[in-house]
Amino acid sequence: MEILNALINITDKGAGFLHSIPALLIAIPLGAAFLAPILFKLWKRLAEIITGLAVTACLVLAIYLVLFLGNTPIVYTFSGGNWEFIQNLLPLGIVFVVDKLAAFMLLVVSILVFFAYLFGLKYLERFTGLGKYYTLYLLMFTGMIGLVMTGDLFNMFVFMEIAAISSYALVAFGTEPEELEAGFKYMVMGEIASIMILLSIAFIYSSTSTLNLAHLSYAFTQMQTQMASTPGFRAGFYFVLILLMFSFSLKAALVPFHSWLPDAHPSAPAPISALLSGVFIKVLGVYAMVRILYNVYGFSWESSPEVFTALIVLGLASIIAGSLLALNQKDYKRLLAYSSISQVGYIILGFGIGNLFALIGALAHILAHALGKGLLFLTSGSVVYRTGERDLGKLGGGLGKYMPWTSLTYNLGALSVAGIPPFLGFFSKMFIILGAIDLARVWDSDPSKPGWTMIAVAIIAGLFAVVTLGYLLKITNQVFWGKSEEKRTLKESPFIMVFAMVSLVVLLLAGGVAFFFWLKPELLGPAADVLLKGTKYGELVLPGLFGAGG
Amino acid sequence: MLILGISLVLILIGLYAIITKRNMIKVAVGFALMEYAVNFLFAIIGFHKVPGMKIIPPILMEVKTTANVLSSYSDPVPQALVLTSIVIGLGVTAFMLSLALRIYNRIGSFDLDEIKRLKG
Repeated sequence: MEILNALINITDKGAGFLHSIPALLIAIPLGAAFLAPILFKLWKRLAEIITGLAVTACLVLAIYLVLFLGNTPIVYTFSGGNWEFIQNLLPLGIVFVVDKLAAFMLLVVSILVFFAYLFGLKYLERFTGLGKYYTLYLLMFTGMIGLVMTGDLFNMFVFMEIAAISSYALVAFGTEPEELEAGFKYMVMGEIASIMILLSIAFIYSSTSTLNLAHLSYAFTQMQTQMASTPGFRAGFYFVLILLMFSFSLKAALVPFHSWLPDAHPSAPAPISALLSGVFIKVLGVYAMVRILYNVYGFSWESSPEVFTALIVLGLASIIAGSLLALNQKDYKRLLAYSSISQVGYIILGFGIGNLFALIGALAHILAHALGKGLLFLTSGSVVYRTGERDLGKLGGGLGKYMPWTSLTYNLGALSVAGIPPFLGFFSKMFIILGAIDLARVWDSDPSKPGWTMIAVAIIAGLFAVVTLGYLLKITNQVFWGKSEEKRTLKESPFIMVFAMVSLVVLLLAGGVAFFFWLKPELLGPAADVLLKGTKYGELVLPGLFGAGG
Repeated sequence: MLILGISLVLILIGLYAIITKRNMIKVAVGFALMEYAVNFLFAIIGFHKVPGMKIIPPILMEVKTTANVLSSYSDPVPQALVLTSIVIGLGVTAFMLSLALRIYNRIGSFDLDEIKRLKG
């Protein structure tokens, strides 16, 4: 407790408890990560307890942030030495920025991490080396939290690597040959992306001499005049942009960079699969890409339509290819992994359309898909826990009779992911499609822009929601419904696993019910607003710089 | 420009090794090569060329006029960043090699073609 107070005192610069939350959100899971294996040596349960405490504390802090964060972002600077006099003008030290968008992402991450932890308490009993598991789990959590909060491009890379390396280890955690192979494959793809991000950071630093995201957005706006006059500079600018988009697409597993995901996500233990599919690809790929494209580069449809066209094409390709490949799968978790590719396509499509409707839809789909796909992967864990089998053919149907809660939660989760009202998944997809129609309406008044393409995009997005339902019901049909030939002696999974799954269903329902009352006005609207404001982000974070520079 | 060219060539050699080699150790070597090339490029960015001096350390030495403050010392930030990324690279290489070793213990081969079990 004394350490905690000291930490708050150091970080408190007169702005109260709220201001010091970014430091706590990093310090708690990071500290617990390295305590876990030591405590594990003393008593097995202690590692679980400390992880539980850390995860719960982070969830509480994230909820606190969402409820009490004002319109000005928290800018937390951790710097050695007396640099305060220059703090508003030039970014020095380690900067964390929590605005409405970051707070929303923190909430999504911590909710899923919390429930995956609860589920894992029973599920992981048959694994050995749990002390190491909890270390990796918390490091992955730290990496994601840090990536969401960071206000610095290089720190973004460092946190991305913390999360990514621990996820490689977690994918290979079972140490069966298949899992090791998936881990290696995943690592090769992931590291290519990481090195490319480092390369683009080097180029960005060489041309702007800064790494702070807010300062970068200022530098990029200053650069526009230089860009128009020097063609070589323009080419370099686009080279870096393409490098960044390629790397983040690889991290987000968008088609055609998706080949690692269907191997990696099913190979991990079920709680980790839920985390990887639920939040990991969204934080490392989608959030990082969107933050840089919208807030740092400050792109909009008016200034650079080619970037947004690229996002729409990537999104549509992922939706179509992911859905069609999922239809043909014979493995429970592999089908869900392909479905993740397709659903991330919806999110990228929303960000590509880029008006208020689509942004709200995309952010809502981040939440809906995190809860929904997390839930579906947890049900797969529940089935594997009791039967030890993932193959749809060998599972043989009729499990619904023995495992009613797993069956019920799977079906409700599938309905949400596919987009059936009143679940949250319906509203998110509806808003993305509404965004496409709204953009078509705007384009129709301008003869140079083809409005009908947006209508076509809306129709494809709507159509493939039905395909989503099709492949998800395949599991319902082959696993939970019907009658099996042989007599089985199966029981429902333990209480804590059922509790985690039911809670996620309740959250999905509550999100759908409260969508217009609370979620959209309080959470998604302000978060989408952060993105729509573009480079205003820099002004909010570094008011002094923009005041001086005009 | 020469430095840029050299490091880009090194990156491409590393990428070539990662894509075409079927031996896991060679893939790991390719990664190491790529990382070093990027680190090399990053570290070199911070250096200035001042006539009459061979190497400038990242320390503020004598400042004659305010105009030459920036060119009188090397930018220390890239060096600090490269130090971090070298450590990350060490972790990545170590983990990749240990993963390869684990696969070798299970299958008895470093060949990526022989362990292809995941399909679909």
